[in-house]
Amino acid sequence: MSDKVDITLTINGRAHAIRVEPRKTLVDAIREDCGQTGTHIGCEHGVCGTCTIILDGEAIRACLMFAIQADGRQIRTVEGLADGETLSPLQQAFIDHHGLQCGFCTPGFLMLATNALEHNPNIGDDELLDVLSSNLCRCTGYQNIIKAVRAARDQMRGQAAR
Amino acid sequence: MKPAIFRYHAPKTLHEAVAVLADVAPDDGRVLAGGQSLVPIMAFRLAKPAHLVDINGIKELAQITAVDGKLRIGACVRHAAFYEPVCDGPLGKLLATVVRSIAHHPIRTRGTFCGSVAHADPASEWCTVVATLDGEVAAQSKRGQRIIAAKDYFAGIMTTVLEEDELLTEVRLPLLPADTRVGFQEFSRRAGDFALSMAVVTYRIENGKMADARVGIGGAEPYARRIVEAEAALDGKAPDAETFQAAAVAAAAAIDPLEDFNTSAEYRRDLVRAMTRRALDSAAA
Repeated sequence: MSDKVDITLTINGRAHAIRVEPRKTLVDAIREDCGQTGTHIGCEHGVCGTCTIILDGEAIRACLMFAIQADGRQIRTVEGLADGETLSPLQQAFIDHHGLQCGFCTPGFLMLATNALEHNPNIGDDELLDVLSSNLCRCTGYQNIIKAVRAARDQMRGQAAR
Repeated sequence: MKPAIFRYHAPKTLHEAVAVLADVAPDDGRVLAGGQSLVPIMAFRLAKPAHLVDINGIKELAQITAVDGKLRIGACVRHAAFYEPVCDGPLGKLLATVVRSIAHHPIRTRGTFCGSVAHADPASEWCTVVATLDGEVAAQSKRGQRIIAAKDYFAGIMTTVLEEDELLTEVRLPLLPADTRVGFQEFSRRAGDFALSMAVVTYRIENGKMADARVGIGGAEPYARRIVEAEAALDGKAPDAETFQAAAVAAAAAIDPLEDFNTSAEYRRDLVRAMTRRALDSAAA
């Protein structure tokens, strides 16, 4: 066995002190060692995007990083989107626009799109499509995912204008 | 789908990094930068490095600077750094165009320019840019630094002249003259997929004729390179549709296309023709 190392993953503001092998991917550590199973694992080689999280303000694929590399950094996952019982506007829009069927890809899409809307609340349809093309939905529910993200963007923009 | 066991090293300085790499390179030690190619390869266990030297903590490698007419891109500069032009003029514009074809956004936030050049995938957009513009690769080891010209750097599919104890510290690209016209086009089956071929073109206009024409082709051969036959078809001619078509046909004729499960050689040759023509059209637009 290779030696385990002590690291701290800060997920949605809460510190998790864990002990992992250097080869453990960030997504495995988030799920297995920190118990935050909202983030899903699909392909494990950076193609499907279902493990997308936000690391220090940037959307990344958590299967393409080792947990040890995220020691001391700020991680956001799907568990951190809702405020208590109140869903984020994007989460609500996924329900309203039927943006999920089986739901497996949903955490990845939510983190991907949350990050895109936070970076640019006025993101255009073309750029949005470019960002959303990052992730796969095997139910192929892309049209409704796009509708949901557009609706959340428009709603959040409307609130900001008020 | 889990990487094999390795020892992890996280040097904080370049000096420290090359010392560690010298120690572990003979024992299959590898450099970890963005990890967007290396980690999937490790997940498939196509690579089982015994050591990883993570260079992400080395601040001096995260910089982009313009020195003596060259843009110097450090080893930890991410693809996403090029979304907005990193320098005035046509080079910044070209890089900002090209980055939009590299994988997907969450890959661009981690993957690095220099990592792509070190990995040397035949379909690498940045390798095609480096080859087309005759960029330079700076390699550092305990033995010293060497600067490798693009034409001497690539050696085959995912193969370069970098030695195992050498760290690619930066890539240098010439800051193009302000009147340089630039074009880029690539073809892939799905957004973000590996390109089946791509073209980078640049030229200037002198007295109504093209000069200093460059045509680089990537994704079609084991590594990207300039196609002198296509460039010769452009230099000294007016930038019109007939000349562009002649150059595109010359590029297609000059290459020795890869064949794989995606394409036949003839299909790839035809893609090279189409991409060269479209890149020239977009440069002229």
